[in-house]
Amino acid sequence: MTRLALTVNGERHVIDVEARHTLADALRERCGKTGTNLGCEHGVCGACTVLVDGEPARACLLFAVQLEGKSIRTVEGLAQDGRLHELQRAFMEHHALQCGYCTPGFLMLAAWFIERYPQADDEQIRELVASNLCRCTGYQNIVRAIRAAADRRR
Amino acid sequence: MKVVGQSVQRLEDEPLVTGRGRFVGNLSFPGELHMRVVRSSHAHADLIAVDAAQALALPGVAAVWTFADVSEVPPIEFRPTRVQGLEPYRQTVLANQCVRYVGEPLAAVFAESSYVAEDAAELVAVDASPLPARLDARASDIEPTVLRKEYGDVGEAFRKADQVITLELSIGRHSGVPLECRGAIARQDPETQVLELYGATKRPHPNRDVIARMLRLDPARVQLFEGHIGGGFGVRGELYPEDFLVCLAALRLGRPVKWLEDRRENLLACNQSREQFHRISAAIDSAGRILGLQDEFFHDQGAYVRTHGARVADLTAGMLPSVYRVPAFRAVAHYRLTNKTPAATYRAPGRFEATFVIERVMDAIAQRLKIDRAEVRRRNLIAKSELPFTRPFQVLDTDLVLDSGDYAGLLEKAQHAFGWDALERELAGRRTSGECVGMGLALFLEKSGLGPTDLAKIGLLENGDVEVVTGAASLGQGVETVIAQICADALGVDYKRIVVVHGRTDRIHKGFGSHASRTTVMTGNAACKAAQTLRARILEWAEGQFDLPQEVLDIRNGELVRTDVDARPLATLRELAGRAKFEAEGEFFSDHMTYPYGAHLAVVAVDRDTGGVRVLRYLVAYDIGRAVNPMLVEGQILGGVAQGIGGALYEEFLYDETGQPLSVTFADYLIPTAKEVPQVEVLITEDAPSPLNPLGLKGAGEAGINAVGAAIASAIDDALGQKIFVTRLPVTPVQIKRALI
Repeated sequence: MTRLALTVNGERHVIDVEARHTLADALRERCGKTGTNLGCEHGVCGACTVLVDGEPARACLLFAVQLEGKSIRTVEGLAQDGRLHELQRAFMEHHALQCGYCTPGFLMLAAWFIERYPQADDEQIRELVASNLCRCTGYQNIVRAIRAAADRRR
Repeated sequence: MKVVGQSVQRLEDEPLVTGRGRFVGNLSFPGELHMRVVRSSHAHADLIAVDAAQALALPGVAAVWTFADVSEVPPIEFRPTRVQGLEPYRQTVLANQCVRYVGEPLAAVFAESSYVAEDAAELVAVDASPLPARLDARASDIEPTVLRKEYGDVGEAFRKADQVITLELSIGRHSGVPLECRGAIARQDPETQVLELYGATKRPHPNRDVIARMLRLDPARVQLFEGHIGGGFGVRGELYPEDFLVCLAALRLGRPVKWLEDRRENLLACNQSREQFHRISAAIDSAGRILGLQDEFFHDQGAYVRTHGARVADLTAGMLPSVYRVPAFRAVAHYRLTNKTPAATYRAPGRFEATFVIERVMDAIAQRLKIDRAEVRRRNLIAKSELPFTRPFQVLDTDLVLDSGDYAGLLEKAQHAFGWDALERELAGRRTSGECVGMGLALFLEKSGLGPTDLAKIGLLENGDVEVVTGAASLGQGVETVIAQICADALGVDYKRIVVVHGRTDRIHKGFGSHASRTTVMTGNAACKAAQTLRARILEWAEGQFDLPQEVLDIRNGELVRTDVDARPLATLRELAGRAKFEAEGEFFSDHMTYPYGAHLAVVAVDRDTGGVRVLRYLVAYDIGRAVNPMLVEGQILGGVAQGIGGALYEEFLYDETGQPLSVTFADYLIPTAKEVPQVEVLITEDAPSPLNPLGLKGAGEAGINAVGAAIASAIDDALGQKIFVTRLPVTPVQIKRALI
């Protein structure tokens, strides 16, 4: 076991992990952050997308020990002071989720994207959405929700 | 204002967008053990020995079981059916002497952590002697049953025919593949001794009864709990070997037992679907009208009969005549076993397949007689005046009576919305200038609202909210919102104040769950009756309390009001809840399913260099009778289309010649992304409310996927300018490249 400190949504978590423990498992089992869901554990579906130092990453493809000293943001850190993030509101307003399993991954991906590319057009948003898999929505309401949140931010 | 018919925001969403979902993997109980299943690596083999000694020696391993440890558990039951001959082919919870597909559970390891359980599973030594694998249902010698559906004089129809068209068509093996893999946690409550199973869904009550029967427990001592579910699509919530293993382990080992499968296991061991081979002949007259249809098909069930028995084959045969008159009909379904993962239902089971087959026949008639594709269909449609229309056979053990519809009317609306005529000219022009583009059309029949019954209990809570307890399950489709909307209108309360309980066997004594597009119809009507009764009880009580006739009392916006004078409300629901107990029940029965219908229209482009197909436009027109929440209906359709595109162009479980599965990661099993799924247009109509329930409802769950294979096939033919080029789904780039050379 290795002791390390992870910074998750601004909180410091001192945890013991084995070298082989993934970031996803460490977040879920050691830090109590179960909002990050696992869909494939081989980096394709993107359900476990979190932000590492502000950049999107698949939490199933990282080992927890690689994250010492880095800042991790998960879906639990999106709402601020009890106020939902504009993406969270937009996903609800535009019916961009059904079962909700892939939703945290899409939210984190989009949170990074609309900050980085606030002027993105629909085609670029669709390209982004193609990073992750959703089995329920057919994607078009996810595209619409991200569009709406980006517009609101502009 | 009435809320039924409004696209209101879902009640389900907030926990799901904030990371507070209660998916089974997010639950933990103190002292829990983790189960890992050891699976067969052979498609077919005699098991000589399973040696667990090394695994047991690993620190942190509590137990390792093989068949000998679970031999008293009977093979897994299938739903009651009139079909005979299936019993010998049920699956045991762990393999006994022989393994019959790669992925079949043959041992189970229980350990202190999931990582240790996985380590130990790798130490279980399996000695097996490989046997030849059966991989083609057409050649398999194991045929538990043959189903037949027949009416009219088929022989005479073919004798009288002006022409006969025969097609050989097949559908590839694919499945629901929800984004959340399967999982289950079982524990025995130390005080009550009740066995609790978490992660349940789809059919909690019937599943509870089966678990109790198979494990010889009192059903009252078994409770199932549904949390959030990461997608169902038919496969999630059926009973699998792993469900019994966790229950039995929790009882025997005296600790909670948690099992979460990984994606590879999910693609190996969760129900697969769809694989069929059809040989269909149509006898037609000179105008393209079908006089008789004859279809013989082979249904690849995989290695075992699962909980659905022969339902998919039954539905395929029964739904094949679709929305067409078809005066004489014969379907013969060979239900055969192979050494592949067992098969069962996937969203629109039997219809994705049957619609592909019958619509290919329609296209073939159009091509043979050089008639417009829509016109051929119109000539064969059952007319509005002929409804209700009875097919003289049963599906799912209910009489097939098409309850209401205007099929020709919908076809016209769909073509108009798509701009069919103008598009036809435009695409012809583009083809002339060298583009490989085409458009397709498919009509489809759906079925929904499977009975036999549903119960709902409703009551005022102390805080003035209204609680509705149902026997339904929620797989992400919006059950809570839809039931709340229905109750809100019946009662006179804001839908946000209605709390809908589902998936809890401890809260209601019976339920039939959520499947077969039944929930809005069955649970919705039951909840409506319950809410109406509750309202009547409140008004009756108020009559005495306020000494006013009921005619001048009403419930509006959650308040008891007088309608005869302009006065302050008499009481809020919260105040009423403080003064008396208000409860009611409603039950809704149905002997017949209700049959919605629709059309899919597609435009595709074929890339001559790669053989790839891009879907450029897609429209679904669907008559739902009455839409409780159009936004959610549309959501169901959009998601269904995406899955349908998967089955039409990308998704397939492939096996090599020894029966080794080749599609065991998301790099091999290709789920469409946002790049493959186009913007989809949806036209929801309400022309034909169901006469079978007071609300006029029909189901929404399967309309989006039903005809995708058929419509894409039609469009690819059109693009390539070839007659019935598509005879097999999924259509792969390799097939197309071959055709273009």
